[in-house]
Amino acid sequence: MATSARKRVVVSRAFLPPLASAVFLLLLVAIGSLLYGAGPVSPAEALAVLAGGGTDEARFVLMELRLPRTIIGMVTGLALGLAGALLQSMTRNPLAEPGLLGVSAGSGFAVALAILLGATTATLTTLVAQLGALAGCALVIAATRVQGLGNDPVRLVLAGATLSGLLMALTSMLMLVDQRAADEIRFWITGSIAGKPLDMLGATLPSIILALVMIVMVARPLAAMALGEKAAVGLGHHPGRIRLLITLSVALLVGSATALAGPLIFVGLVVPFIARALAGPDIRRTLWLCAPIGPIILLAADIVSRLIAAPAEMPLGVVTALVGAPILLAIVRAGRMPSL
Amino acid sequence: MSPTKTSTLAADAITLAHRRFIVAENLSVALPPGRVTAIVGPNGCGKSTLLNGLARIHTPAQGSVLLDGKDIHTLPSREVARKLALLPQDNTAPEGLTVGDLVRFGRQPHQGWMKQWSREDQRAYDEAMTAADMEQLADRALDTLSGGQRQRAWIAMAVAQQTPLLLLDEPTSALDLGHQIEVFELIRELSAQGKTIAMVVHDLPSACRYSDHMVAMKAGEIIREGAPAEIVSPELVEQLYGVHCELTHDPATGSPLLINVRRASAR
Repeated sequence: MATSARKRVVVSRAFLPPLASAVFLLLLVAIGSLLYGAGPVSPAEALAVLAGGGTDEARFVLMELRLPRTIIGMVTGLALGLAGALLQSMTRNPLAEPGLLGVSAGSGFAVALAILLGATTATLTTLVAQLGALAGCALVIAATRVQGLGNDPVRLVLAGATLSGLLMALTSMLMLVDQRAADEIRFWITGSIAGKPLDMLGATLPSIILALVMIVMVARPLAAMALGEKAAVGLGHHPGRIRLLITLSVALLVGSATALAGPLIFVGLVVPFIARALAGPDIRRTLWLCAPIGPIILLAADIVSRLIAAPAEMPLGVVTALVGAPILLAIVRAGRMPSL
Repeated sequence: MSPTKTSTLAADAITLAHRRFIVAENLSVALPPGRVTAIVGPNGCGKSTLLNGLARIHTPAQGSVLLDGKDIHTLPSREVARKLALLPQDNTAPEGLTVGDLVRFGRQPHQGWMKQWSREDQRAYDEAMTAADMEQLADRALDTLSGGQRQRAWIAMAVAQQTPLLLLDEPTSALDLGHQIEVFELIRELSAQGKTIAMVVHDLPSACRYSDHMVAMKAGEIIREGAPAEIVSPELVEQLYGVHCELTHDPATGSPLLINVRRASAR
């Protein structure tokens, strides 16, 4: 029938193949994350554990260290990838990224302050991180409203870099206050998913689920916002409500990711960039693809961080920065910034 | 074309303001059902503001816009979007968006959480693509089209909304003559199918030629309203645009035609 033929044309704009490939790749990377590590357990021993055997030591390393680390890595990657895509779509700026715009730095500063003041519970840390991220988001939105700043992707990033720099300086200042807190903050601020307790995951999970629900609610109106604010109203949407939901989702996601892994930059830039290249202009498809690509990128970076300086580990935040910075330069230098 | 229900749209003594600056005060206008209304006037006279007011983009400071007799701002926006489609002037499209993608957006007011793309949506989409003569271009990216084709694609999106009312803000600005005709003729066809249409038109001759009803505005006020053949006169033209002209009639269509347009000698 003509109708069904047309429908097929719609779906076949090469969306399902990349999604399926990404999910498959995620599976491989997750297994890789279990097999490879800086510790004494070799891939062969790890494989034996996965097959149901293995030594007690290998079993312990796999189940108590690498498995939680892999799960935390996947959740962090998911959160940062989605947050980046949402922020880019809302600000119509392909460079808008939680790390670059100071959302992560706001979150990081808030957590550093909380550590200094003696906050120790996972729930409290998560909440503080999310509030910090929300404040960062509010500053970003205020900045996009400044005449001349909102329309220029690079200038918005400059404003974000200024904010990040300021917040990081303030964080460093906090470290001068108290030696014990300084050690804790320093370990956390470089960004890492190693040795993080699973109770942190439990503390962030409700927020992440809430954010996912909000994304499902807001995806269709957000896609319409790409046609212009008036057009979105014409289609029956409420731009103010959409922006509010997006802002809350980004704050929940970035705050959770920061609580889990420390402030990581560039993940929220690279993941949506790849997803958009595969998905085309519709934000809904971009979001779907970000879901597996975020965890892939984060786990891949984490595996590199374990192996590159073995038997020591390089902090994950260093790896994401080393990989992300050239990609940012390439996007900006390409000159032809995609319009969203 | 599926039979469109009719709806009425009217402004009842509305005052429209940007911040505290009043653009237009105490405007009342009713769109004649099934007709094409052109809102004309010099730059800055408030014609786009009036259209945006009618389209609930701009909330009036006083008075109300009535959709089927009810205050449009008390109705759920989605419900309004099933009766009233809007083609704004400053629309944008992300790079690579195809005509088909764009026109499918027109179905959003009819979709819901659980109600994804339905048979009804597909039918409305097909009809809109046919009406705007866009079938051949469905898979083309908007940024690869001519200005006229792109504007027809946007109108097709509004048509896919299947609303009895259609509002267009300067649908032909920045288009050359050929593309203007292409868009205006599409608007006439949609009117012939029963839609009630209002459009802001920059160009008075085009408004004379393609509208049934004309609302002439100056400095935030409606100074004349009626059929173009009845209200357009050298006096009105001078009042609106400060130019002298003589008037004749298009031998083919009978619509008013301005000739010998020149700057008013007083200036």
